[in-house]
Amino acid sequence: MIKVSGLHKSFGTQHVLQGVDMEIQTGEAAIIVGRSGGGKSVLLKHITGLIQPDQGQVFINGVDISHLEERELLKIRRDMAVMFQGAALFDSMSVGENVGFYLQREGKMTTGEIEKKVAETLELVDLNGMQHKWPSDLSGGMKKRVGLARAIIHNPSIVFYDEPTAGLDPVVSDSIDHLIRRICDIRQVTTVVITHDMRTVRTVGEKVYMLVNGKIYLTATPDELFASQDPVVYKFVNGISDSEDVLS
Amino acid sequence: MLLGLKQVWGLLLEVVYAVLHGSWKVSDIVAQIYQIGVRSQSVVMVTGAFTGLVLTAQTYFQFHKFGMDTLTLAVNSVAMCSELGPVLAALMVAGRVGAAMAAELGTMRVSEQIDALRTLNTHPVDYLVLPRVAATTIAMPVLVCEAVAVGIFGGYTLGVYGLGIDPIYSWANMVNMTHVKDLMTGIIKGFFFGGLISFTGCYKGLFCKNGAQGVGEATTDTVVISSIGILMLNFCLTLILSKIL
Ligand SMILES: Nc1ncnc2c1ncn2[C@@H]1O[C@H](COP(=O)(O)OP(=O)(O)OP(=O)(O)O)[C@@H](O)[C@H]1O
Ligand SMILES: [Mg+2]
Repeated sequence: MIKVSGLHKSFGTQHVLQGVDMEIQTGEAAIIVGRSGGGKSVLLKHITGLIQPDQGQVFINGVDISHLEERELLKIRRDMAVMFQGAALFDSMSVGENVGFYLQREGKMTTGEIEKKVAETLELVDLNGMQHKWPSDLSGGMKKRVGLARAIIHNPSIVFYDEPTAGLDPVVSDSIDHLIRRICDIRQVTTVVITHDMRTVRTVGEKVYMLVNGKIYLTATPDELFASQDPVVYKFVNGISDSEDVLS
Repeated sequence: MLLGLKQVWGLLLEVVYAVLHGSWKVSDIVAQIYQIGVRSQSVVMVTGAFTGLVLTAQTYFQFHKFGMDTLTLAVNSVAMCSELGPVLAALMVAGRVGAAMAAELGTMRVSEQIDALRTLNTHPVDYLVLPRVAATTIAMPVLVCEAVAVGIFGGYTLGVYGLGIDPIYSWANMVNMTHVKDLMTGIIKGFFFGGLISFTGCYKGLFCKNGAQGVGEATTDTVVISSIGILMLNFCLTLILSKIL
């Protein structure tokens, strides 16, 4: 279970998170939506312990991780995986080395076993035989899928996806959505997806958290989200900008 | 400034902790020794050679006036061993290796690769910093020796074949006046300089900010800080080592 309580974070004078409270149950597929620049990625980095909050706590399976030492955090993160918004592939390694990185560092498998597992995982994200390419030679969408493969290769029990389908064509987006859904179902993985893509919300989501002005504005099921008549939610879901927004 | 000192201290403790308890691999260190040590050899040897040559020439021009020709090579050898070899080799390595480390780690930092490492069960200090610091600290004394050897050889060749100094007396003087202590001084200095360069490069890279510009700044800072650091540390080490060796 992931529990966030009273989370505050400022960068300089910018108060990005202003008291976020949320609870994600084990095995649940949660979606976090919100405006661009609203602090979703920052929230994710708090939940994964990559940033420490100014105030508030993050509990992973009951352990408060908000002020743990990095080496303690590493132990907790063994069960987690993060797919980064910008893929964050290691550019000094080939695709295969990137994907197999976790297993290689762990040192429990032989090189042959790792290669086999890498090939399988790349197949899952529709990148068969790309092991020997370099990240710099891939398109943006391919990088994201490599990032996804790298994240899920060690069967983590919590997976975070930061905009998994941004920049992908509709067909691949759909297959990624279904893949995320499938991983969640088969392995009972707690899934947290940040997205702007309403189709991802529909395909993957069981519960949606909407982040507005640094707080969770709405917690709802996808159906409730799409049916909501709340002006803020309605405008977000249907992509309607305020006229003042345009002017400012 | 205070925050900077705290970060430096924190990183230093982390490196020490990593040496004792971290999950680092010998293969990572070996790979870095190749990158840092083996591939810096040409630069360091050219530096050593020309330093030895010019020092020999200049010393000869002065000493010749007083008929002390056969002491020329002794001066070259002592100076190369204890001062010029380590300092100039370290300056070259700071420019080549320190800058590259800061740029590499800085780029990794701003493109979230360091964060990615942290989510892949890998401590950045174990995987990035420790192998680099260890490799540079191991490789630098060897590079110093190479620079010194090439410098002395260059000086000898120029002195004997170019300037016509008597080889037998020169050699005897050189061997007599160059003590193990001089070479030890150079090697110990190389050890410290290696640590200084790699630690500065890693620190600047890991705490780099503001995208490409930040990476540029980290690189420049690394070269400036480690170069000045090398010169200051060299002075201190000369005083200390002359007492204890
Ligand atoms: N390390 C940082 N230093 C300073 N400001 C930061 C930092 N990280 C994020 N911010 C600021 O926090 C705000 C929220 O950023 P965040 O990346 O979380 O947005 P987001 O909701 O993920 O947006 P998007 O949907 O575009 O990815 C932004 O205004 C950003 O400028
Ligand atoms: Mg984001």
